[in-house]
This record gives sequence, C-alpha cells and structure tokens, in this order.
Amino acid sequence: MRPVIRRIHREVRRVPQEVSLVVNGVDRRVSVEPRRMLAELLRDDLGLTGTNLGCDTTQCGACTVLLDGRAVKSCSVLALQAEGSSVTTIEGLAEGGTLHPLQTAFAECHGLQCGFCTPGMILAAADLIARDPDPAPETVRHALEGNLCRCTGYHTIVDAVLAGAAAMRDDGAAR
Amino acid sequence: MIPAAFDYRRADGLDDVLAALASDAPVTLLAGGQSLLPLLKLRLAEVGTLLDIGRIPELHGVRTRDEGGIAIGATTTWNEILEDPLVAAHAPLLRQVVAGIGDVQVRNRGTIGGSVAHADPAADIVPALLALDATIALRSATSRRAGPADGFFRGPFETVRRSDELIVEIRIPALPAGAGGAWEAVSQPASGWSIAAAAAVLAVSDGRISHARVALGGAGECGVRAKAVEAALVDRPATPETLTAAASAATEGIAVQGDLHADAAYRTSVARVVVRRALEAARARAAG
Repeated sequence: MRPVIRRIHREVRRVPQEVSLVVNGVDRRVSVEPRRMLAELLRDDLGLTGTNLGCDTTQCGACTVLLDGRAVKSCSVLALQAEGSSVTTIEGLAEGGTLHPLQTAFAECHGLQCGFCTPGMILAAADLIARDPDPAPETVRHALEGNLCRCTGYHTIVDAVLAGAAAMRDDGAAR
Repeated sequence: MIPAAFDYRRADGLDDVLAALASDAPVTLLAGGQSLLPLLKLRLAEVGTLLDIGRIPELHGVRTRDEGGIAIGATTTWNEILEDPLVAAHAPLLRQVVAGIGDVQVRNRGTIGGSVAHADPAADIVPALLALDATIALRSATSRRAGPADGFFRGPFETVRRSDELIVEIRIPALPAGAGGAWEAVSQPASGWSIAAAAAVLAVSDGRISHARVALGGAGECGVRAKAVEAALVDRPATPETLTAAASAATEGIAVQGDLHADAAYRTSVARVVVRRALEAARARAAG
C-alpha cells in the first residue's frame, strides 16, 4: 500500500499553479509546476533562451536576470516566487534595433569570447550601474564576483562595464 | 537539476504561518531560498510543502528598539541590511560581515533569518551575531521567546528552534560605549566559504580591556564563542602582547573540523591568525 499512497501524494504535488509576472515589459501568465525555476519558465515556457543555465547551482551567474530591478540567479528562484514581479532578461535591454550601451561596450571591448556568461554579466553590471553610475574598477570586480567567465580572464569584461557605465552616463546627460 | 516534486503556498500573513507551523501537516519555510533551493535541487533535501514567507511585512525591515540597538526582521535580505542607514549607524561590524556573504545575486535574495535558521557551520553571520551579543526572537501560535545567539546554534544545521516556531527578528543591542568591532576571514577561494573566520568586539577602559566578545566561524561544528580568548582578554592591559597571547587560545574547547580544503591542524592555525588580526583591528577601533 505504501508506494501507492506515495505516488498519489506525488501527483498532488505536481498540480500546476498560475503565475503572473511582467517579463521585459510584457504581461505574462504561465501555469507551472511548483518546482519550476524562474530560469526554466523564461527559457522553456517563454522561449527566452538568452538566459543561459550554466552550473544550475547558484554559482556561475550565467542565469542572472533582473527581478524587480535587482540581479538574481534565476536558477535559484522559483517561478512562483516571481508572482507579480517584473523581470528583465537580456532580450529586454535593446530598444528596437539599438543595442543597450552595455551590449555595445561588451562588443567593442571584446568583453566576451564564447559569450555564454555574457547575458548574466551584462545584467549583473546593469544592477551595479543602477545603484552606482560611476563605479571604480575594484567595485566592478566585486559586483561581478557571482559571475564566472572561463574565456576572457575578466579584464576586458571590467573594461566593458566601465565603458558601458560611461556611455550610460553620457546618454543620461544628453536626455 | 530538478528537485523532487513539492507543493508551494504563499503565506497569507504572519498568523497563517504560525497556524501552519502548529498544524499536523508539516511545512518547510521558504524565504530567499538561497540555501534551501540549491539543497532541493541537489536532492540533499526533500520537502512536502514549501510555505513562502518572503512577503510578510511584519518580518521585514530594520527598526530601532526602545531598549537601544536595532531589530532586523527575519526576511530582510543581505543587500537590504547593507543599504540600511540604521545598520550602518548601529552595527558597522554586521555590515562588514554581510558585505562578504555570497555574491551580489545571493545577497539580493538571501535573508538573515533564513541563514540563522539554516545554521551552516561555516555561515559568517553566526560568529558576527555571537560577537555582537545578538538575540534571536521566535514566535509560535501560542508562545513568544527571545534568547541569546550564544546557545541558539547547537551543531551543523541544528538550532534550538522548535518545529512550530518562526524566527521573527534578530536583535542587535547597543555596544558598550567606545567599543570597536572587527571581522577577519580566510576563505576557500572557489566557494567563498570561510575556512576560519573571527568576529571580535573590544572595549577598553583606563588602558585595560573591559569588554571582550570573540567568536569563530568555519572551524567548529557551528559558529561558537571563543570563550578562552575572551577570558584571556578581560581585565588585562590592552597591549599587543595581551592580544597575541589571547589569540593563541582561539580553538581551546572547540572541536575543530577538517575537510578536503583544510585539515583540522591547518584550520586551527588559521583560526589563531584570524582571531589575532580581528583583535588587533578591534583594538585599533576601540576608544581609550
């Protein structure tokens, strides 16, 4: 009898729940199993595969997105925890066909090689610059502690974040 | 990595949480999830129902207390603590420790109450709370109690919290006048977890040490006060010799643990070094 009871409990636990959230400015309503992570909702349910899953254990930072404006590792947030929240992924940064200044800076400074870590790097940098528009290089390094890159050696990434921050300050001054 | 299936429910206020904890159907509390969700994904833990307490106003934020000092709501995140002016003014040592916890993304989600409840042996917050004489406030459906952090942590991932109790806030009392605090850690570079970490609070009066709280993290089975060090400081002259001699007792009475990154002998050695550095820095910051 016991295994049968266990199976019934398991089925109960798989009953999907609805989650409503705003992703890159668009209202979304998705039905998810409770154990679904935000990263999986973004990639598999919404097709936003710019959010990469690397380690899947809260270490590498490739899955970083902005949740209500703050950088989080979306592999370690339940989709249901994002109820009512606003999520920004790498797909939400460019305006029309114009790249975000951080995206341009990563390209111009060679802040990537394989590119796998880049979406997470850019969103972590966006969180930093929102709070500190003119960060020192040491501040950038500290702020990107949770984002691993296996190609660049980080120097060009720091250059890109500093250049992106400068471009964003110029944009702000021009407006 | 996909966790074993579970149910999820968002708590509808504090009373709902306390009622759920008191009921026969067990629930596991989810706050920021930065320890619990990886554990579930790695299948080191399996739960029936997660009760999400992340959005309960009464459990969130920092306030001053009439008795002096501050109280930090259990679901206040690390980055909220870092950005809070009351913490900066009343508990600079806490701020220094929190700045080194996890990384930015983890600090944006992880909560102080979650970390205290989780009680990782290497959690940096534990020695910080011990050195600051913090109090952990708990509530159940039928009771309220608050007890010192010293005695709250019983061993690896084990605290005195009962299964029907909720950690509601962490209280940090005002330090003795003129006291200085310091934090020193040596961390495993890949994980960032402390091999050994020390928090120290010293006050000096007429050239003698009048108050000493020293706590170790990472070295033992849980964060613990280094009472042999404290005993070797109080009422003694606040000289470098006193500090160095006291630091040599860093792990006295503590069962130092070894792992693949640092065996017990190395950890003991590192513990003495971080305690000495923390004492020197705390002395430099203390008045008198």
